[in-house]
Amino acid sequence: MHPVVTLVAQRIALGLLLLLAVSVLIFLGTEALPGDTAQAILGQSATPEALANLRAELGLDQPALTRYFGWLGGILTGDLGVALTNGMEISSELGKRLGNTLFLAFWAAVISVPLAIILGLVAARYVGRWPDKLISGVTLSTISLPEFVVGYILLFFLGVKWQIFPPMAMAFPGMGLFERLYTVMLPVLVLVLVVLAHMMRMTRAAILNVMQSAYIETAELKGLSPMTVIARHALPNAIAPVVNVVMLNLAYLVVGVVVVEVVFAYNGVGQYLVDHVAKRDLPVVQAVGMVFAAVYIGLNILADVISILANPRLRHPK
Amino acid sequence: MRRIPLSAIIGMILTGAFILSALLADFIAPYGMAEVVGDVWEPISADHWFGTDTIGRDMLTRMIYGGQTTILVAAAATMISFGTGSVFGFLAATMGGWIDQAMSRFVDLLMAIPSLILALVILSVMPATLTTLILVMGFLDATRVFRLSRAVAVDITVMDYVEAARLRGEGWRWIIFREILPNALSPLVAELGLRFIFAVLFISTLSFLGLGVQPPLADWGGIVKENSAGLVYGKSAALIPAFAIAALAISVNLVADWVLSRTTSLKGGRGA
Amino acid sequence: MPNLLEIKNLRIEATSYPPGEPPCEVVLVDDVSVSVEKGRVLGLIGESGAGKSTIGLSAMAFGRGGVRLTGGQILLGGRDIRGASATALRSLRGREVTYVAQSAAAAFNPAKRLMEQVIETSLHHGVMSRPEAEARAVELFRKLGLPNPETFGTRYPHQVSGGQLQRAMTAMALCPKPDLVIFDEPTTALDVTTQIDVLVAIKAAIRDTGVAALYITHDLAVVAQVADDILVLRGGKKVEYGTTDQIINTPQQPYTQALVSVRSIDHVEKSDAPAVLSVANVTARYKGTSFDVLKNVTVDLPPGQTLAVVGESGSGKSTLARVITGLLPAANGRITFAGRQLSPDLASRSKDDLRELQMIYQMADTAMNPRQTVGTIIGRPLEFYFGLKGEAKRKRIQDLLEQIEMGAGFIDRYPAELSGGQKQRVCIARALAAKPKLIICDEVTSALDPLVADGILKLLLDLQAREGVAYLFITHDLATVRAIADRIAVMYRGQVVRYGSKTDVLTPPFDDYTDLLLSSVPEMKLGWLEDVLKTRKMESAGN
Repeated sequence: MHPVVTLVAQRIALGLLLLLAVSVLIFLGTEALPGDTAQAILGQSATPEALANLRAELGLDQPALTRYFGWLGGILTGDLGVALTNGMEISSELGKRLGNTLFLAFWAAVISVPLAIILGLVAARYVGRWPDKLISGVTLSTISLPEFVVGYILLFFLGVKWQIFPPMAMAFPGMGLFERLYTVMLPVLVLVLVVLAHMMRMTRAAILNVMQSAYIETAELKGLSPMTVIARHALPNAIAPVVNVVMLNLAYLVVGVVVVEVVFAYNGVGQYLVDHVAKRDLPVVQAVGMVFAAVYIGLNILADVISILANPRLRHPK
Repeated sequence: MRRIPLSAIIGMILTGAFILSALLADFIAPYGMAEVVGDVWEPISADHWFGTDTIGRDMLTRMIYGGQTTILVAAAATMISFGTGSVFGFLAATMGGWIDQAMSRFVDLLMAIPSLILALVILSVMPATLTTLILVMGFLDATRVFRLSRAVAVDITVMDYVEAARLRGEGWRWIIFREILPNALSPLVAELGLRFIFAVLFISTLSFLGLGVQPPLADWGGIVKENSAGLVYGKSAALIPAFAIAALAISVNLVADWVLSRTTSLKGGRGA
Repeated sequence: MPNLLEIKNLRIEATSYPPGEPPCEVVLVDDVSVSVEKGRVLGLIGESGAGKSTIGLSAMAFGRGGVRLTGGQILLGGRDIRGASATALRSLRGREVTYVAQSAAAAFNPAKRLMEQVIETSLHHGVMSRPEAEARAVELFRKLGLPNPETFGTRYPHQVSGGQLQRAMTAMALCPKPDLVIFDEPTTALDVTTQIDVLVAIKAAIRDTGVAALYITHDLAVVAQVADDILVLRGGKKVEYGTTDQIINTPQQPYTQALVSVRSIDHVEKSDAPAVLSVANVTARYKGTSFDVLKNVTVDLPPGQTLAVVGESGSGKSTLARVITGLLPAANGRITFAGRQLSPDLASRSKDDLRELQMIYQMADTAMNPRQTVGTIIGRPLEFYFGLKGEAKRKRIQDLLEQIEMGAGFIDRYPAELSGGQKQRVCIARALAAKPKLIICDEVTSALDPLVADGILKLLLDLQAREGVAYLFITHDLATVRAIADRIAVMYRGQVVRYGSKTDVLTPPFDDYTDLLLSSVPEMKLGWLEDVLKTRKMESAGN
């Protein structure tokens, strides 16, 4: 078998193993810590009998291992159990909200990825000169801001003061695409700003790294024009690190989404998670935690796989 | 004495001012922390430099005490993350073998999930006290310090001068404290600043989500949350703590950048 | 007819940015004039920092990393290219003048096939059509002795060896039929037996294509084989300029004379005696591998003498040092030192074992803790082994500094404030401080410029005569071996292939590998390259 196939297979297998380990971590993390679900539902004043009854009803009297495999099996078959607080199916609720969140993340990615790459290219092209200093300076300050600060600043100025975009992102079923996009423009913008800075800085670093290679000097000494040097010699080597950067930052979006949804009261997975953490609704927290972890790990695997595929040393072994 | 760049001086002055106001909160705060002194969301005035908040408390007072909480929690979490992360990182690097493997794989596992998500999962079962918050943040962030200090120490342990010390017959104490530590210090000091910023952003985010510092205590993130409802009505009180978080983060960043740029680069590898 | 390249009063400057200090202007090249006729080769020679590469690149009006050509003329075919427009320079680079870099491994684009890169300039500048260019490339591959010239171009850079890449880079430079090729240390990164093949290939290619060349190197013996004229540089200034014959055989300037006579130290071999170190049937392998990096190695070293262990990279010579020091415990065999059997593992050796066996490294830079002063570095063994403290320790440190010809003033300096040669001297003092019976010297001169290296070797010999310390001297450089060895072990693929007194080892008849190794070391005489080719027995592994 081609060694690249083996490497990719190994990387994916490792990712799945990691995901399994994460599921143990999340399950243990929530089960091993003090206080249990029954107590959480009934409160401190509950009688021992009521607690025992509820525990039996929820299956909490089973050994931890049994419950873990029951839970894991449920996840694999798409059954995430029911929420403690309202007895609703977690799967259907999560599915609805996942669509909303993905809509947000998708548009944030569509805007930020090309923008970050272009800005990164410009900064790398004019390294040390004013365009680079301007771009780097602005992005440095946005890196120092937490997502909710960026969110509120945009909400206050763009949403309330100047009323360019709606301050609250309420999406209703039956809305047209453009109407829906207009509604979520503020949260999308915040996500773009948050992820843009990191992505642009890493893109700039990746391109500069390539541009400082000896083979770029070779190309210059061949009398090629700057554009030819970049297109023919820099790009083929820069694509892999840049794609890698993009993937890692899309994974970073996962965190941004949680906060941004709360700022704009957006009906997504992040809001779902935060609400149920406050209510100590463990099944929901576990399920949503697994979803976030899976997306995050998945994007990381994808980044690694792309690096492997783009490496000429691995693609054309000796 | 080398010249200190302007940006670092500004950073140091601002950082110093924030820390000082946190330390002297009881003396400089014009009103009581929970004292209702005016109307809801009063504008800026001579009596209330930053106006009043969602139930009419003095914003400046809230900001000073909020800063105290934010800086205290972040500093304590940074101390924990740094203490545990660097000690275990150095141990992993110098011991090597299965100890290094076990610690590194465990850290990989913790870092496979975004810290915010992991923190939320843990906070869903833990009581929301300051101690819990500091411990959770400290240990989650220790993973990053662990990776950095392990990498720095590994870079140094392969240097010929460490080998020379081993060949001389030196014990581990001399090797860690006299050969490795002095060379690892500057990158770690710069990292200290970055970890502190991260802790500030992290506690602010948690409090903003309502899962961090609980009332009656409030940190800057919590003050943003309290006053966020006013934004839609054009009341900008929530932006004050938001800007304070940004200002603290940026000024520490400026200092850390300067420390980092002064750090002598480690010459890598051993000769073939 | 004007000379092809005529450099007049060239001045080159750059801005230096020392950390924490204001930037300052430095002059890299000052008032240098040379000329190259069509079809001739000019050698540029000097130590690191002499400005030779900077002058070489100026022939393309190229300044690396902010280097500026600030004065004089660079006449290429009669027109001054200093200050020519970017467009004019682009049409000249890669067309009239081409470049061969020191590290071809880094200079080739890893993502593209060799053929694409070799013919790129020919197509870009419209010199020839693709089929013509490819045919010429194959022809050049053949001429340069590359394997399977027809298909060689379909490979990627990482798929061929370093020596082959260097030749492919030469093919890339010659493909567009330039007037002038700049060779920038093209063989420096190669093993000595590979270097000779590349050298032969380059020389033949230059002769066959009639191209003119600038040949930049720090090794006078190498440049003597290929150049017609030589310019000797030091600190960016001309030292001496003349024909190769004149420079090698009748150098005028003291600096040139020193370069020519480098490593011609006369060392009389000492007679055999009972060994202080004896290595018997030692076999070693790295953890987790099944391959023996050392196979059945047996050598002896009498007290107060020098055993040179010679070999190329991968021969196992540095591994032998690690086994003797106990860093890599031997799998089999016995090491006897000063009458005691040494435990294979470092951890179970006595303090006296450790003290009497010291080591000096190749890179003095990484061998000293940058956060310790010279006093601490030299003082620690005194304190650790002899319990010296305070004034007694300081006195002894001063003595040691005197011994390495540096003086007590250095005691409070940090390594970063020392020159390369001084750093290595401090490392020698640290080893001496332990009053050892044996010092292992691992390539201690190979990172240094020739004259500095010479000084270190003389110091080592001096100290040996005074202190009676034995050296196990690991090196790839046979000239160094001739200068200092009493006994020699030649290593090849983990085995000692030839061992004995210096005279015995260096006297024919030779085994094939020793012959190849000995014959590959460039000698400071004209026509040596041609002589060697006639008498060689074995092909180098680089082919």
